[in-house]
Amino acid sequence: MTSLPQSPPATKLGLVIDLDTCVGCHACAVNCKEWNTGGHSAPLTDLEPYGESPLGVWFNRIHSFEAGDGAEGRTVNFPKSCLHCDEPACVTVCPTGASYKREEDGIVLVNPDTCIGCKLCSWACPYGAREYDYTDGVMKKCTLCVDRIYNENLEEVDRVPACVSTCPASARHFGDLGDPNSEVSQLVAERGGYDLMPEMEMQPVNKYLPPRPAKTSTGDTGAPAALPDHDIAPVEATGRGFLAWVDRTLSR
Amino acid sequence: MNPAYSVIFFTTASGAGYGLLTWLGVAVLFFDLPAHRWFGLAAFAVALTLITVGLLASTFHLGHPERAWRGLTQWRSSWLSREGVVAVATYIPAGLAAIGWVFLTNNDGIWAWLSAVAAVLAVVTVLCTAMIYQSLRAIPRWNTPWVMAGYLGLALASGALLFHFGVRTFGLGFAWSGWAAALLTIAAWAIKLAYWNSIDNAAPRATAETATGLGHLGKVRLFEAPHTGDNYLMREMGYKIARNHAKRLRTIALILGGAIPVVLAVVATQLPDVTAALVALLAVISAGAGLLVERWLFFAEAVHTISLYYGTDAA
Repeated sequence: MTSLPQSPPATKLGLVIDLDTCVGCHACAVNCKEWNTGGHSAPLTDLEPYGESPLGVWFNRIHSFEAGDGAEGRTVNFPKSCLHCDEPACVTVCPTGASYKREEDGIVLVNPDTCIGCKLCSWACPYGAREYDYTDGVMKKCTLCVDRIYNENLEEVDRVPACVSTCPASARHFGDLGDPNSEVSQLVAERGGYDLMPEMEMQPVNKYLPPRPAKTSTGDTGAPAALPDHDIAPVEATGRGFLAWVDRTLSR
Repeated sequence: MNPAYSVIFFTTASGAGYGLLTWLGVAVLFFDLPAHRWFGLAAFAVALTLITVGLLASTFHLGHPERAWRGLTQWRSSWLSREGVVAVATYIPAGLAAIGWVFLTNNDGIWAWLSAVAAVLAVVTVLCTAMIYQSLRAIPRWNTPWVMAGYLGLALASGALLFHFGVRTFGLGFAWSGWAAALLTIAAWAIKLAYWNSIDNAAPRATAETATGLGHLGKVRLFEAPHTGDNYLMREMGYKIARNHAKRLRTIALILGGAIPVVLAVVATQLPDVTAALVALLAVISAGAGLLVERWLFFAEAVHTISLYYGTDAA
């Protein structure tokens, strides 16, 4: 059923992604691929993996942006996966009922047995969270590792999405964003976590933590603020002597 | 957006077919169109073939065409599903009306009402098709009522040109249908011009700054894409067309789809049936070519917000 749940999910499992600490190592994307190519949506097909133009299914991608100029300018690594929106247009446009939002935890999933591969959900998602598998002919997407987070065969500490468990910078946090007292909700409140493209009115569950203010001055290390000027006369092309001759010859 | 040929062909062909069905219904109900057997056979055959071929073409781009029937189940939430349901439903009154017309040479009474129901469903189908695109917020240039107006206008105009060709071919009179087709074609392309004007002047709905939430730091520019190669998202939604290129194609679409058919349809009103039919056929062919260019542009010019994550400034 592609209508949204009658009562909005009270539990909203999702991710909080810290743009301040992400180092852009792509480990989350790699571990995501590794887990999910054997999980709920397996396989995550690659086409021509060693060929001229490799193409593959990925649920997680790390972009990198420059924001601002000069001293205030930043380079920000920007991981992006499905935001498991509260008002997911990708679900309501689905003509078959293959796409659905779970009432119990808000996770957005695709049933690969009923998906007809019309790709309309990927058109409806403003964020690019949906991935078509050309080989299977069905749409796939981030499952929030639904096959890990409830998996009693795993140690409790491992019952988090693959991207979260592997992040070496602790830039990805997993939890219930529907509970204002959860660790992730408090993190969002503390750091001013925000929604991507709120104007699209999808009400994403995943939140992003902004980069902390950049340091624009150094601490006092005792070093001089600037090095003293030394008069180093440039070699002029019109000058005399051996170096000037070399310079002129090379400049010809 | 990547202009997929199956969808371009589907929306133009079935649009013209539904337009023709609409005019058959209108002509029967309000203008006492005679139940000419061979005209009926030809008109319903052309309309239903265009619709059917279009619908079949639209299943070609599916990953699993054999599951297409599942697409009829979610009419509560999905415009694509609604379109499928109404498209299939249209066959019933249209098919029955065709039987009455062709086999019983009767288009009065109940048969007229069946034609009328088919006409209404045909219009609803075209509106549902338009709503599939118009309802997508992620493609801001489509998220405007001009889309619905354009789809309906062009479907009715191309249907009118087909109807005009039909009545002149079978010598049923109705020479004034050339004027009607010309006026509808002018109206449809006026809507299209208004759509182009609106998308050219629309303020961006989303920007690289809102897509990343980093606008407070200043201008946001893509530094590194996630990978050096292509991906599904860029193939399907990253299609870009140069501005000059689009401008030229708009002119071509306007001439082929608008100007030439209008002139030919008006000329046909002044000619005897046989030559009028030939001229009306040329109008249909030219309009079809113009429509294909217009529909190709509709997709190629639409910028998806996903491009904001791949180096585009605004959508």
